[in-house]
Amino acid sequence: MTAPGAPDLQHVAGGTAVPEPPDVPNRADETSFEQKETVGLSQAQIVRRRFFRHRGAMISLIVLIFVLLLSVTSIGIGPIKGWWQWTPYDRPVPQNPRGEPTLSLPFFGGTGFAIGDHPMGQDETGRDLFAAIMRGVQNTMVVIIILALLSTTLGVVIGAVSGYFGGWWDAALMRFTDTIIIIPVILIAAVAGYAIGASGVLPVAIVLGLFLWTGLARLVRAEFLALREREFVDAARVAGASSRRIIFKHILPNSVGVVVVNTTLLMGAGILIEVGLSFLGFGIRPPDISLGSLISQYTGALTTRPWLFIWPGVFIIIIVLCIQFIGDGLRDAFDPRQKRIPKQKDLKEAVSSPSEATP
Amino acid sequence: MAIYIVRRLIAGFFVVLGASFIVYILVANAGDPLTSSYGITDPVARAQRISSLTASLNLDVNPVFRYFLWLKGVAGCFVGQCDFGYSITTNQPVTGDLAGRILITLKLVLAATILAVMIGIAIGIITALRQYSGFDYTITFFTFLFFSLPLFFVAVLLKEFVAIQFNDFITKGAHIPWWFIWTAALVVGLTVYSLTRGQLNRRLLFGGGAAVLVGGILYYMSVTQWLLDPGLGPIVIAILGLGIAIGITELTAGVRNKKALRTALTTAAVGLVLWYPLQFVFYQGMTIWILLGLLVLAIAVGIGIGYLWGGDDPGVSARTGAITALLMSAVIFLDRTMQAWGPYTANEAIRGRPIKTIGDSQAGLDGDFWIQTVDVFTHLLLPTLALILISLASYTRYTRASMLEVLNQDYIRTARAKGLTERTVVMRHAFRNAMIPLATIVAFDIGGLLGGAVITETVFQWDAMGRLFQSGLVNNDPNPVMAFFLVVAIVAVLFNILADLLYAALDPRIRVGSL
Repeated sequence: MTAPGAPDLQHVAGGTAVPEPPDVPNRADETSFEQKETVGLSQAQIVRRRFFRHRGAMISLIVLIFVLLLSVTSIGIGPIKGWWQWTPYDRPVPQNPRGEPTLSLPFFGGTGFAIGDHPMGQDETGRDLFAAIMRGVQNTMVVIIILALLSTTLGVVIGAVSGYFGGWWDAALMRFTDTIIIIPVILIAAVAGYAIGASGVLPVAIVLGLFLWTGLARLVRAEFLALREREFVDAARVAGASSRRIIFKHILPNSVGVVVVNTTLLMGAGILIEVGLSFLGFGIRPPDISLGSLISQYTGALTTRPWLFIWPGVFIIIIVLCIQFIGDGLRDAFDPRQKRIPKQKDLKEAVSSPSEATP
Repeated sequence: MAIYIVRRLIAGFFVVLGASFIVYILVANAGDPLTSSYGITDPVARAQRISSLTASLNLDVNPVFRYFLWLKGVAGCFVGQCDFGYSITTNQPVTGDLAGRILITLKLVLAATILAVMIGIAIGIITALRQYSGFDYTITFFTFLFFSLPLFFVAVLLKEFVAIQFNDFITKGAHIPWWFIWTAALVVGLTVYSLTRGQLNRRLLFGGGAAVLVGGILYYMSVTQWLLDPGLGPIVIAILGLGIAIGITELTAGVRNKKALRTALTTAAVGLVLWYPLQFVFYQGMTIWILLGLLVLAIAVGIGIGYLWGGDDPGVSARTGAITALLMSAVIFLDRTMQAWGPYTANEAIRGRPIKTIGDSQAGLDGDFWIQTVDVFTHLLLPTLALILISLASYTRYTRASMLEVLNQDYIRTARAKGLTERTVVMRHAFRNAMIPLATIVAFDIGGLLGGAVITETVFQWDAMGRLFQSGLVNNDPNPVMAFFLVVAIVAVLFNILADLLYAALDPRIRVGSL
């Protein structure tokens, strides 16, 4: 899959209006350029290198880790105290009138750079918004990690069994998946909130995880349907491998790309689902703090205390955006058809023969 | 094929049945419908209310058996007697306004979805054709950014910064501020510059020209206070018609196809000539049906002109004529609607603040068909904008990925090698095949539309399907929740089947029987 298509890609990138005949020497150059980069590397190494080269994904990864570290070190976890002076449960006296933010930046209406005691402001009870948001970031992270673990496990097992064994298993599990798909998540959250009092972080995370695996199960099933017909699976079966071994040792590693990418994107979507649930009055509710519960609590404050509404929103956007870019980078990295188009400059440096120059 | 469809329908029926049972049991456990009745202070009234609710909702029956009582009422739909039970919040049968609610929700989401699909596909194709360009990266970043926004966050910001600011702007005389004119001109100029190919002077010329054009138009609009009483007039319609005719011909047949070009120009000219007499037709009692009839007539005229010009391939000319006629009709409709903008803004019920932040129609507004049309648009504007921004990302990304995959196929190289124009390669060979996976995604999304409107309706305070569901859950009112679920589930299952059939119909490699 490396040689064909390389000149076309160049046409696409150049967008030339006039069609050009396939340029054979040029194709050889690009192919050798492509192969030189991956020679002697394992699949995992190639994927890793591709991911690290994806600039958007790397920047997002660094930003996400920074936000996580900030939230963990600033207010601490559980009994461990952080370096920030307030906790989300302190109610200090508002410093500025109406608790306006003390953060001041030049060019943004401030006179100079200053962080102050309450950089993101305080709400009407005096709560420090920065501390509350940091707690919200921690809890939201907990939600999406539990959600990812649960839904990935369920989705992979159900999809794998359905796709590998087929027949009766497939029919039963897929009809079950169809049934779960059409039950609204809001309803589940509302029932969980009422029947078992689940408005805390853990129960909401578990409920979401138990119902959001359906998309992954379908994708894993499709992967298994295609892979189980391949020769290496026949070889393993002839060699006497058990079904469990074939599923987990032979087929699953080959579909890891689909699983990783979709789990990442599900984590991003999970945050938005949690926020939506909080807005509708279900999901995580005070005194438990999540980004969703904060922003929906302060929805009415946009005209009077805009910072209360804007800051949690900014953090939601940063986290979801980072996860989206990481997912995009992973998708590019795992896609075997993905080729990096060498820049003309690189090509010229790599081959001595003068290559066709398209602007 | 027929056996496959029947099998899928039967499976879908049982899936809905099973899910409705699960949901019924869940709803029965989600809250006590009698909660509000316990708060009645008068003991006699309280006992009466409790006993009447118990009787009408069959609360004395175990939920499992109660489900079958409910199912019996719903099964009446097959013989024309639907009974979704009573709602305790409205004290009315749920069945009564269900159809009306579905229509309102459709009005809310349908326009947004169609626009999002069209804009998303267009942007996706352009980003695929200009892969790894500055335009591609910028669009990718912004679609990801919009996708990361919670819907109600966008909605609240739009209400505050678009609706209220725009209304203030209208009240103050609609003078467009300079910073807006400069920014708009700059953005358009940069976009055109990055999309143009060729030498630097050519790109600078195109980018600069576009920027000057946009800046000039905006300045003219500001000076003449155009937004207070907008309208296009015959000259602008003529220019637009010429642009539409040439643009559509370029997309469908290429401007070198003289027959198609003549068809498009004739159709546009017919539209322009009919503009003046149509004003009188529009003035007499218009209804939505006359409007749709005129649209169908226009498309038929476009097809007819195409066949009259004929040529080697009359089908292509007819298609060009039909699309041109559709767009010309849209321009004429837009012009007439704009003429109603001034009277609408001046209407007593509007009081000069046209863009609405809540609700689906203005109470106490009296006016003709065009005033009502403007009213629908001003209420739809914000929800549509919010929904488009959020759903744009997925369509753009899907189209881009699908298009890139197709453009890497061998048959595309073959097409280029045999000397076809880039337009034919992209529009005929690549675009059509790239749309196959997208068609199923769109069908799938339309199936989920009704159910996805809960947050939109809540934040914009539309009283339709989503509201039925949300208020039912909050007030422990089981029957509205079940009605919402049943409608949403049936639509979702039907469109799922449709998506699979569509895939099989569009891609001959897929055999339906073997699924």
